[in-house]
Amino acid sequence: MNRIDQRFADLKAQSRKALIPYITAGDPAPAYTVGLLHALVESGADILELGIPFSDPMADGPVIQKACERALVHGTRLAHVLDMVDEFRQSDTQTPIVLMGYLNPIERMGFEAFAARCEQVGVDGVLVVDMPPEEADELTACLKPRGVHTIYLVAPTTSETRAATIGRHGAGYLYYVSLKGVTGAATLDVTAVEKQLNSLRRFSDLPLCVGFGIRDGQSAAAVAQVADGVIVGSALVSQIADNAEHIEAIAPALKAVLSDMRQAMDS
Amino acid sequence: MSMPTQADKASKFSDLAQQPDSRGHFGPYGGRFVSETLSFALEELEKVYASLRDDPEFQADFDYDLKHYVGRPSPLYHADRWSRELGGAQIWLKREDLNHTGAHKVNNTIGQALLAKKAGKPRVIAETGAGQHGVATATVAARLGLKCDIYMGAEDVERQKLNVYRMRLLGANVIAVESGSRTLKDAMNEAMRDWVTNVDDTFYIIGTVAGPHPYPEMVRDFNAVVGREARRQSLEQIGRLPDALIACVGGGSNAMGLFYPFLQDEEVAMYGVEAGGKGLETGQHAAPLNAGQPGVLHGNRTYLMSDEGGQIIDTHSISAGLDYPGVGPEHAWLKDVGRVNYVTANDDKVLEAFRELTHVEGIMPALESAHALAYAKVLAPTMRTDEHLIVNLSGRGDKDILTVAKIDGIEF
Repeated sequence: MNRIDQRFADLKAQSRKALIPYITAGDPAPAYTVGLLHALVESGADILELGIPFSDPMADGPVIQKACERALVHGTRLAHVLDMVDEFRQSDTQTPIVLMGYLNPIERMGFEAFAARCEQVGVDGVLVVDMPPEEADELTACLKPRGVHTIYLVAPTTSETRAATIGRHGAGYLYYVSLKGVTGAATLDVTAVEKQLNSLRRFSDLPLCVGFGIRDGQSAAAVAQVADGVIVGSALVSQIADNAEHIEAIAPALKAVLSDMRQAMDS
Repeated sequence: MSMPTQADKASKFSDLAQQPDSRGHFGPYGGRFVSETLSFALEELEKVYASLRDDPEFQADFDYDLKHYVGRPSPLYHADRWSRELGGAQIWLKREDLNHTGAHKVNNTIGQALLAKKAGKPRVIAETGAGQHGVATATVAARLGLKCDIYMGAEDVERQKLNVYRMRLLGANVIAVESGSRTLKDAMNEAMRDWVTNVDDTFYIIGTVAGPHPYPEMVRDFNAVVGREARRQSLEQIGRLPDALIACVGGGSNAMGLFYPFLQDEEVAMYGVEAGGKGLETGQHAAPLNAGQPGVLHGNRTYLMSDEGGQIIDTHSISAGLDYPGVGPEHAWLKDVGRVNYVTANDDKVLEAFRELTHVEGIMPALESAHALAYAKVLAPTMRTDEHLIVNLSGRGDKDILTVAKIDGIEF
């Protein structure tokens, strides 16, 4: 069984919601990523989203853009990101990992080579931001036989027709983008999110996880009331940015933010 | 991705004008590779365009503006003296430089701004590199009373101060983009981010035949007036179709505009000229069709300049308007099926052509267009004097005077 499916089954049995942190691989430098992933697991992460840095992250706000730039300065490429997962798996065989990024680095590596390496190192899901289901057949054909899920975004503006298409193609979970705009944007209306999630459930049985706009324990707990999982990215990545000069302070800072969310969600 | 098969390569000329398919694919290229957050905006745009493209009233408005505001048709000018100097084919210049705002760009911005107006969007945004598309957008926004924000890489804002001021005089707000390489591609990223956030009241006017479907098709259609006129003028003035067409290719909108109405004319050869920069061998160029490989950027699959890890790399060209790491997906397709020949012209040859046309014909071309002229200098002498060559003179060179002066060691 794919680790993502296993994890959601376990969480459901415990009546708990998934906490899914995102960091960009190679930020602030490649040597620290694996350690930070372990730190996130220690502070209550259920699933890890690891960003593949890209030179042109069109759907991301300034926080993730800067993270990509910091990672790319150090030469972090997709091959290294996969090596990091390999290293992480030496001491953690349980926590699901989802790679999140843009299509060009994957296409340049080759879909077949990428999928084979994902299986080999233990990647459980892939979310390609700029690959909607209509354009996904070739990559999915490589990932699916290897047990790697293709995960999709759903937006507040997604039509019912599209939601049905996405529901049919998706696996693992659906990543519901709770706001219009780019990552790191402002405030969140939980009532509106709940309404939209309820409408989405008509099109898919997959767990619905909500990202964009979650920055503290309070917002995480509020979203956890209505969703199956809470995704937190910019709030963590901005901690890395703030401490880029004090690398030893990064892990404690991430732990503080995530533990707070975990606690708020579980209480 | 699937590469074109032999069957594709053998496709009939009559099929070439039938692209793209309903989801915006030109063979394996094009498409709509965007975040789900943008899908709604693009579906909405596709609907608006589909409902208006064949609407007689919209077409009449568009034609009226092209005639009375832009000054079309632009002449097809026989560069008799230059042709004699080169000693080969007769060279004809399609004078897009004589359009209002000085380039072909305005054909597209008029079309898209009319769409914005019909769609009830009070605000338009655009990306710009050298500033030509920004100026053309600011111009039509001023005329239609639309609020206008232009995204421009911080580096380009510095390099193109005159156009920045020109846009501001026209009432546009110019936003300097500090992310990434601080050039055109980053301006496009930022404009997309703006659009996804403000889609309710905002229309994004993309300046070239790239981007997600339906932009490549739509921008081509608005610029195809260039090729339709040239075809008609050729029949009237030469008495037959030309033997070859030449146009410069950055994103490729002036080239697509000229080529498209001729795609089914098997006897017309076509040449797209990419920016060779300091030479392909130096890596400092902007020639993805000649030296790149297929990939995905800015919503479409096309030829790109990226490193082995798939990161987009910096480009170089003497002309800011060609300084882009991608190219329109229809060009990628036309390259693979062999309908258009894509070649390069290096900075030094471009400057030479710029000076030569200015001296010999009294026409100062944009440095972008001078790429097409540089290749005409190569091609024309290999042709007979009773053969005819049309070069798209896509823009005028006034904007480049400071660049050329600097190369000559002159500071103002």
